[in-house]
Amino acid sequence: MSNMKEFTKGFIRENPVFVLLLGMCPTLGTSTSAINGLGMGLATTFVLVASNVVISLIKNVIPDKVRIPAFIVVIASFVTIVDLLMSAYFNTPGPNGEPSLYDNLGIFIPLIVVNCIVLGRAEAFASKNNIFLSFLDGLGIGLGFAFALMILGTVRELLGSYSFFGYRLINSDGILVFVLAPGAFIALGFIIALINKLRTTK
Amino acid sequence: MEYIIIIISTVFVNNIVLAQFLGICPFLGVSNKISTSTGMAAAVLFVMTLATIVTWLVYTYLLLPLGIGFLQTISYILVIAALVQMVEIIMKKVSPALYQALGVYLPLITTNCTILGVAILVIQKDYDLMSSVVFAIGNALGFGFTMVLFAGIREQLELVGMPLGMKGVPIALVVAGLMALAFMGFAGMV
Repeated sequence: MSNMKEFTKGFIRENPVFVLLLGMCPTLGTSTSAINGLGMGLATTFVLVASNVVISLIKNVIPDKVRIPAFIVVIASFVTIVDLLMSAYFNTPGPNGEPSLYDNLGIFIPLIVVNCIVLGRAEAFASKNNIFLSFLDGLGIGLGFAFALMILGTVRELLGSYSFFGYRLINSDGILVFVLAPGAFIALGFIIALINKLRTTK
Repeated sequence: MEYIIIIISTVFVNNIVLAQFLGICPFLGVSNKISTSTGMAAAVLFVMTLATIVTWLVYTYLLLPLGIGFLQTISYILVIAALVQMVEIIMKKVSPALYQALGVYLPLITTNCTILGVAILVIQKDYDLMSSVVFAIGNALGFGFTMVLFAGIREQLELVGMPLGMKGVPIALVVAGLMALAFMGFAGMV
Protein backbone atom coordinates (compact mmCIF):
# COMPACT_ATOMS: atom_id res chain seq x y z
CA MET A 1 0.00 0.00 0.00
CA SER A 2 2.78 2.43 0.92
CA ASN A 3 4.43 1.53 -2.39
CA MET A 4 1.33 2.72 -4.17
CA LYS A 5 1.50 5.96 -2.19
CA GLU A 6 5.05 6.69 -3.36
CA PHE A 7 3.78 6.34 -6.88
CA THR A 8 0.59 8.41 -6.70
CA LYS A 9 1.85 11.32 -4.59
CA GLY A 10 3.37 13.03 -7.62
CA PHE A 11 0.07 13.50 -9.40
CA ILE A 12 -1.86 15.79 -7.08
CA ARG A 13 -0.61 15.96 -3.49
CA GLU A 14 3.05 16.65 -4.30
CA ASN A 15 2.72 17.62 -7.93
CA PRO A 16 6.11 19.16 -8.80
CA VAL A 17 4.67 21.99 -10.90
CA PHE A 18 1.31 22.89 -9.41
CA VAL A 19 2.09 22.38 -5.72
CA LEU A 20 5.89 22.41 -5.21
CA LEU A 21 6.45 25.04 -7.95
CA LEU A 22 9.64 23.41 -9.25
CA GLY A 23 10.85 23.12 -12.83
CA MET A 24 9.17 26.30 -14.00
CA CYS A 25 11.45 26.99 -16.99
CA PRO A 26 10.64 23.84 -19.04
CA THR A 27 7.00 24.06 -17.88
CA LEU A 28 6.53 27.51 -19.38
CA GLY A 29 8.92 27.07 -22.28
CA THR A 30 7.68 23.81 -23.78
CA SER A 31 3.94 23.84 -23.13
CA THR A 32 2.98 25.61 -26.37
CA SER A 33 0.87 22.56 -27.27
CA ALA A 34 -0.28 19.44 -25.48
CA ILE A 35 2.00 17.18 -27.50
CA ASN A 36 5.12 19.28 -26.82
CA GLY A 37 4.31 19.36 -23.11
CA LEU A 38 3.82 15.60 -23.05
CA GLY A 39 7.08 15.01 -24.97
CA MET A 40 9.07 17.14 -22.54
CA GLY A 41 7.36 15.49 -19.58
CA LEU A 42 8.18 11.98 -20.78
CA ALA A 43 11.81 12.90 -21.55
CA THR A 44 12.17 14.24 -18.01
CA THR A 45 10.44 11.14 -16.62
CA PHE A 46 13.00 8.90 -18.33
CA VAL A 47 15.91 10.90 -16.86
CA LEU A 48 14.26 10.98 -13.44
CA VAL A 49 13.59 7.22 -13.30
CA ALA A 50 17.00 6.22 -14.66
CA SER A 51 18.98 8.60 -12.44
CA ASN A 52 16.93 7.68 -9.36
CA VAL A 53 17.62 3.97 -9.91
CA VAL A 54 21.36 4.44 -10.56
CA ILE A 55 21.85 6.82 -7.65
CA SER A 56 19.99 4.48 -5.34
CA LEU A 57 22.31 1.65 -6.53
CA ILE A 58 25.55 3.55 -5.94
CA LYS A 59 24.52 5.56 -2.89
CA ASN A 60 26.74 3.55 -0.53
CA VAL A 61 29.85 3.93 -2.72
CA ILE A 62 29.79 7.74 -3.03
CA PRO A 63 31.56 9.70 -0.28
CA ASP A 64 29.19 12.14 1.34
CA LYS A 65 31.24 15.24 0.46
CA VAL A 66 31.20 14.77 -3.30
CA ARG A 67 27.68 13.37 -3.59
CA ILE A 68 26.16 16.40 -5.37
CA PRO A 69 28.77 16.50 -8.19
CA ALA A 70 28.44 12.71 -8.50
CA PHE A 71 24.64 12.98 -8.80
CA ILE A 72 25.04 15.71 -11.42
CA VAL A 73 27.34 13.53 -13.53
CA VAL A 74 24.84 10.64 -13.41
CA ILE A 75 21.98 12.95 -14.37
CA ALA A 76 24.00 14.64 -17.13
CA SER A 77 24.84 11.24 -18.66
CA PHE A 78 21.17 10.30 -18.94
CA VAL A 79 20.32 13.75 -20.31
CA THR A 80 22.93 13.23 -23.03
CA ILE A 81 21.37 9.84 -23.83
CA VAL A 82 17.90 11.39 -24.13
CA ASP A 83 19.26 14.23 -26.25
CA LEU A 84 20.94 11.85 -28.71
CA LEU A 85 17.94 9.46 -28.82
CA MET A 86 15.49 12.29 -29.48
CA SER A 87 17.65 13.82 -32.19
CA ALA A 88 17.66 10.40 -33.86
CA TYR A 89 14.00 9.35 -33.54
CA PHE A 90 11.91 12.50 -33.00
CA ASN A 91 13.60 14.75 -35.53
CA THR A 92 11.39 14.30 -38.61
CA PRO A 93 9.47 17.45 -39.62
CA GLY A 94 5.68 17.22 -39.94
CA PRO A 95 3.90 16.75 -43.29
CA ASN A 96 3.32 20.50 -43.75
CA GLY A 97 6.87 21.41 -42.76
CA GLU A 98 6.08 21.93 -39.07
CA PRO A 99 9.17 21.76 -36.87
CA SER A 100 9.85 18.38 -35.27
CA LEU A 101 9.39 17.65 -31.57
CA TYR A 102 13.16 17.82 -31.11
CA ASP A 103 13.27 21.30 -32.68
CA ASN A 104 10.30 22.47 -30.63
CA LEU A 105 11.86 21.45 -27.33
CA GLY A 106 15.26 22.77 -28.47
CA ILE A 107 17.51 24.00 -25.71
CA PHE A 108 15.22 22.66 -22.98
CA ILE A 109 16.41 19.08 -23.58
CA PRO A 110 20.04 19.66 -22.46
CA LEU A 111 18.64 21.91 -19.72
CA ILE A 112 16.89 18.92 -18.06
CA VAL A 113 20.22 18.59 -16.26
CA VAL A 114 19.58 21.75 -14.22
CA ASN A 115 15.91 20.94 -13.61
CA CYS A 116 15.58 21.21 -9.83
CA ILE A 117 13.05 18.34 -9.74
CA VAL A 118 15.61 15.77 -10.90
CA LEU A 119 18.43 16.76 -8.53
CA GLY A 120 15.87 17.33 -5.77
CA ARG A 121 14.52 13.75 -5.97
CA ALA A 122 18.07 12.34 -6.12
CA GLU A 123 19.09 14.21 -2.99
CA ALA A 124 15.84 13.93 -1.03
CA PHE A 125 14.70 10.42 -1.96
CA ALA A 126 16.99 8.19 -4.04
CA SER A 127 20.04 8.72 -1.81
CA LYS A 128 18.10 7.38 1.18
CA ASN A 129 15.79 4.66 -0.18
CA ASN A 130 16.08 1.30 -1.92
CA ILE A 131 15.97 0.76 -5.67
CA PHE A 132 12.36 -0.28 -5.97
CA LEU A 133 10.98 2.67 -4.00
CA SER A 134 13.30 5.07 -5.86
CA PHE A 135 12.02 3.69 -9.15
CA LEU A 136 8.39 4.22 -8.10
CA ASP A 137 9.18 7.69 -6.77
CA GLY A 138 10.90 8.72 -10.00
CA LEU A 139 8.08 7.32 -12.13
CA GLY A 140 5.37 8.98 -10.01
CA ILE A 141 6.99 12.41 -9.84
CA GLY A 142 7.99 12.24 -13.51
CA LEU A 143 4.50 11.32 -14.68
CA GLY A 144 3.08 14.03 -12.40
CA PHE A 145 5.37 16.51 -14.14
CA ALA A 146 4.31 15.23 -17.57
CA PHE A 147 0.66 15.42 -16.49
CA ALA A 148 1.07 19.06 -15.39
CA LEU A 149 2.83 20.01 -18.63
CA MET A 150 0.13 18.30 -20.66
CA ILE A 151 -2.65 20.14 -18.79
CA LEU A 152 -0.96 23.51 -19.33
CA GLY A 153 -0.21 22.61 -22.95
CA THR A 154 -3.83 21.57 -23.55
CA VAL A 155 -5.18 24.82 -22.07
CA ARG A 156 -2.79 26.94 -24.15
CA GLU A 157 -3.51 24.97 -27.32
CA LEU A 158 -7.30 25.10 -26.81
CA LEU A 159 -7.29 28.87 -26.27
CA GLY A 160 -4.42 29.74 -28.57
CA SER A 161 -5.30 27.82 -31.72
CA TYR A 162 -8.67 26.19 -30.90
CA SER A 163 -7.15 22.73 -31.29
CA PHE A 164 -6.80 19.64 -29.12
CA PHE A 165 -3.63 17.53 -29.65
CA GLY A 166 -3.26 19.10 -33.09
CA TYR A 167 -6.88 18.38 -34.09
CA ARG A 168 -8.62 21.65 -34.96
CA LEU A 169 -11.97 22.11 -33.17
CA ILE A 170 -13.06 25.52 -34.49
CA ASN A 171 -11.88 26.68 -37.88
CA SER A 172 -10.61 30.07 -36.77
CA ASP A 173 -7.34 31.66 -35.68
CA GLY A 174 -7.61 31.52 -31.90
CA ILE A 175 -6.29 33.87 -29.23
CA LEU A 176 -2.70 34.00 -30.43
CA VAL A 177 -1.28 35.43 -27.20
CA PHE A 178 -1.78 32.11 -25.39
CA VAL A 179 0.68 30.38 -27.70
CA LEU A 180 3.20 33.21 -27.18
CA ALA A 181 5.21 33.90 -24.05
CA PRO A 182 2.75 36.08 -22.04
CA GLY A 183 -0.02 33.47 -22.30
CA ALA A 184 2.22 30.86 -20.67
CA PHE A 185 2.66 32.95 -17.51
CA ILE A 186 -0.99 33.98 -17.31
CA ALA A 187 -2.41 30.50 -17.96
CA LEU A 188 -0.09 28.88 -15.38
CA GLY A 189 -0.93 31.61 -12.85
CA PHE A 190 -4.64 30.94 -13.13
CA ILE A 191 -4.24 27.15 -13.03
CA ILE A 192 -2.18 27.37 -9.81
CA ALA A 193 -4.73 29.80 -8.33
CA LEU A 194 -7.52 27.33 -9.13
CA ILE A 195 -5.61 24.45 -7.51
CA ASN A 196 -4.85 26.56 -4.42
CA LYS A 197 -8.56 27.33 -4.17
CA LEU A 198 -9.50 23.64 -4.46
CA ARG A 199 -6.90 22.63 -1.85
CA THR A 200 -7.96 25.22 0.73
CA THR A 201 -11.69 24.63 0.45
CA LYS A 202 -11.41 20.84 0.77
CA MET B 1 27.65 48.19 -34.11
CA GLU B 2 27.17 44.43 -34.17
CA TYR B 3 27.76 44.35 -30.42
CA ILE B 4 25.19 47.09 -29.74
CA ILE B 5 22.61 45.10 -31.70
CA ILE B 6 23.38 41.99 -29.63
CA ILE B 7 22.95 43.96 -26.39
CA ILE B 8 19.61 45.53 -27.44
CA SER B 9 18.31 42.22 -28.73
CA THR B 10 19.20 40.31 -25.54
CA VAL B 11 18.01 42.94 -23.06
CA PHE B 12 14.74 43.96 -24.70
CA VAL B 13 13.66 41.94 -27.72
CA ASN B 14 14.60 38.37 -26.78
CA ASN B 15 14.62 38.92 -23.05
CA ILE B 16 15.99 35.80 -21.41
CA VAL B 17 13.26 35.55 -18.76
CA LEU B 18 10.16 36.90 -20.45
CA ALA B 19 10.69 35.62 -24.00
CA GLN B 20 12.95 32.57 -23.60
CA PHE B 21 11.73 31.24 -20.23
CA LEU B 22 15.16 30.72 -18.71
CA GLY B 23 15.89 31.46 -15.07
CA ILE B 24 12.26 31.46 -13.93
CA CYS B 25 13.12 29.85 -10.57
CA PRO B 26 15.34 32.72 -9.29
CA PHE B 27 13.02 35.17 -11.05
CA LEU B 28 10.12 34.00 -8.88
CA GLY B 29 12.17 32.92 -5.87
CA VAL B 30 14.37 35.88 -4.94
CA SER B 31 12.28 38.75 -6.27
CA ASN B 32 10.44 39.66 -3.07
CA LYS B 33 12.69 42.64 -2.34
CA ILE B 34 14.57 44.99 -4.64
CA SER B 35 17.78 44.62 -2.58
CA THR B 36 17.95 40.81 -2.90
CA SER B 37 17.13 40.93 -6.59
CA THR B 38 19.96 43.38 -7.33
CA GLY B 39 22.35 41.09 -5.42
CA MET B 40 21.23 38.09 -7.46
CA ALA B 41 21.47 40.07 -10.70
CA ALA B 42 25.05 41.14 -9.93
CA ALA B 43 26.07 37.56 -9.08
CA VAL B 44 24.52 36.30 -12.33
CA LEU B 45 26.31 38.99 -14.37
CA PHE B 46 29.63 37.99 -12.85
CA VAL B 47 29.27 34.21 -13.17
CA MET B 48 27.54 34.23 -16.56
CA THR B 49 30.32 36.24 -18.22
CA LEU B 50 33.05 34.07 -16.70
CA ALA B 51 31.25 30.80 -17.40
CA THR B 52 30.55 31.70 -21.02
CA ILE B 53 34.23 32.52 -21.64
CA VAL B 54 35.44 29.31 -20.02
CA THR B 55 32.87 27.00 -21.65
CA TRP B 56 33.47 28.62 -25.07
CA LEU B 57 37.20 27.94 -24.71
CA VAL B 58 36.56 24.38 -23.51
CA TYR B 59 34.27 23.67 -26.46
CA THR B 60 36.45 25.26 -29.14
CA TYR B 61 39.88 24.10 -28.01
CA LEU B 62 39.10 20.83 -26.24
CA LEU B 63 35.81 19.19 -27.25
CA LEU B 64 35.84 20.08 -30.97
CA PRO B 65 39.45 19.02 -31.80
CA LEU B 66 38.93 15.73 -29.94
CA GLY B 67 35.61 15.15 -31.72
CA ILE B 68 33.66 14.71 -28.50
CA GLY B 69 31.12 17.50 -28.94
CA PHE B 70 28.41 15.20 -27.60
CA LEU B 71 29.94 15.50 -24.14
CA GLN B 72 28.92 19.18 -24.14
CA THR B 73 26.21 18.91 -21.48
CA ILE B 74 28.29 16.88 -19.01
CA SER B 75 31.45 18.93 -19.39
CA TYR B 76 29.63 22.28 -19.21
CA ILE B 77 27.76 21.48 -16.03
CA LEU B 78 30.98 20.26 -14.38
CA VAL B 79 32.91 23.33 -15.54
CA ILE B 80 30.19 25.64 -14.27
CA ALA B 81 29.91 23.86 -10.91
CA ALA B 82 33.69 23.95 -10.42
CA LEU B 83 33.86 27.58 -11.54
CA VAL B 84 31.19 28.70 -9.07
CA GLN B 85 33.01 26.91 -6.24
CA MET B 86 36.30 28.52 -7.25
CA VAL B 87 34.79 32.00 -7.53
CA GLU B 88 33.32 31.55 -4.06
CA ILE B 89 36.67 30.55 -2.53
CA ILE B 90 38.67 33.28 -4.30
CA MET B 91 36.11 35.95 -3.50
CA LYS B 92 36.16 35.00 0.17
CA LYS B 93 39.95 35.48 0.28
CA VAL B 94 40.38 38.48 -2.00
CA SER B 95 37.33 40.62 -1.39
CA PRO B 96 35.35 39.83 1.77
CA ALA B 97 33.09 42.83 1.12
CA LEU B 98 32.03 41.51 -2.29
CA TYR B 99 31.60 38.04 -0.78
CA GLN B 100 29.33 39.49 1.88
CA ALA B 101 27.15 41.00 -0.83
CA LEU B 102 27.04 38.14 -3.36
CA GLY B 103 28.07 35.06 -1.34
CA VAL B 104 24.62 33.72 -0.52
CA TYR B 105 23.56 33.79 -4.17
CA LEU B 106 26.55 31.90 -5.55
CA PRO B 107 25.54 28.33 -4.62
CA LEU B 108 22.09 28.95 -6.13
CA ILE B 109 23.66 29.84 -9.45
CA THR B 110 24.99 26.35 -10.29
CA THR B 111 21.46 25.13 -10.94
CA ASN B 112 20.35 28.40 -12.52
CA CYS B 113 19.47 27.40 -16.06
CA THR B 114 20.39 30.79 -17.53
CA ILE B 115 24.12 30.08 -17.12
CA LEU B 116 24.07 26.70 -18.87
CA GLY B 117 21.47 27.97 -21.34
CA VAL B 118 23.59 30.93 -22.48
CA ALA B 119 26.71 28.73 -22.67
CA ILE B 120 24.86 26.33 -25.02
CA LEU B 121 23.19 29.13 -27.02
CA VAL B 122 26.47 30.83 -27.99
CA ILE B 123 27.68 27.53 -29.47
CA GLN B 124 24.37 27.05 -31.34
CA LYS B 125 24.60 30.59 -32.71
CA ASP B 126 28.21 30.08 -33.84
CA TYR B 127 29.47 33.23 -32.08
CA ASP B 128 33.18 34.06 -31.81
CA LEU B 129 34.65 34.73 -28.37
CA MET B 130 34.01 38.48 -28.32
CA SER B 131 30.39 38.18 -29.48
CA SER B 132 29.84 35.42 -26.91
CA VAL B 133 31.04 37.69 -24.11
CA VAL B 134 28.79 40.51 -25.29
CA PHE B 135 25.88 38.07 -25.61
CA ALA B 136 26.46 36.84 -22.04
CA ILE B 137 26.69 40.37 -20.64
CA GLY B 138 23.54 41.40 -22.51
CA ASN B 139 21.58 38.41 -21.23
CA ALA B 140 22.74 39.00 -17.67
CA LEU B 141 21.73 42.66 -17.93
CA GLY B 142 18.35 41.65 -19.34
CA PHE B 143 17.90 39.19 -16.48
CA GLY B 144 18.82 41.82 -13.87
CA PHE B 145 16.68 44.49 -15.50
CA THR B 146 13.48 42.41 -15.55
CA MET B 147 14.18 41.01 -12.09
CA VAL B 148 14.54 44.46 -10.47
CA LEU B 149 11.43 45.75 -12.28
CA PHE B 150 9.51 42.66 -11.17
CA ALA B 151 10.70 43.00 -7.56
CA GLY B 152 9.49 46.61 -7.52
CA ILE B 153 6.04 45.53 -8.63
CA ARG B 154 5.94 42.66 -6.13
CA GLU B 155 6.80 44.96 -3.22
CA GLN B 156 3.69 46.97 -4.07
CA LEU B 157 1.59 43.82 -4.57
CA GLU B 158 2.13 42.81 -0.95
CA LEU B 159 -0.21 45.62 0.09
CA VAL B 160 -3.01 44.80 -2.32
CA GLY B 161 -6.10 42.83 -1.32
CA MET B 162 -6.95 39.88 -3.57
CA PRO B 163 -8.68 36.47 -3.48
CA LEU B 164 -6.79 34.06 -1.22
CA GLY B 165 -5.95 31.59 -3.98
CA MET B 166 -4.29 34.26 -6.10
CA LYS B 167 -1.88 35.39 -3.37
CA GLY B 168 1.84 34.74 -3.82
CA VAL B 169 3.00 32.84 -6.88
CA PRO B 170 -0.21 32.90 -9.00
CA ILE B 171 -0.49 36.70 -9.03
CA ALA B 172 3.28 36.95 -9.57
CA LEU B 173 2.93 34.75 -12.67
CA VAL B 174 0.08 36.87 -14.02
CA VAL B 175 2.16 40.03 -13.45
CA ALA B 176 5.08 38.39 -15.25
CA GLY B 177 2.69 37.61 -18.11
CA LEU B 178 1.65 41.26 -18.35
CA MET B 179 5.32 42.28 -18.30
CA ALA B 180 6.01 39.81 -21.12
CA LEU B 181 3.13 41.36 -23.04
CA ALA B 182 4.70 44.80 -22.59
CA PHE B 183 8.09 43.50 -23.71
CA MET B 184 6.49 42.13 -26.89
CA GLY B 185 6.24 45.77 -27.91
CA PHE B 186 9.99 45.70 -28.49
CA ALA B 187 9.65 42.96 -31.12
CA GLY B 188 10.85 44.01 -34.53
CA MET B 189 13.22 46.60 -33.10
CA VAL B 190 16.30 44.66 -34.20
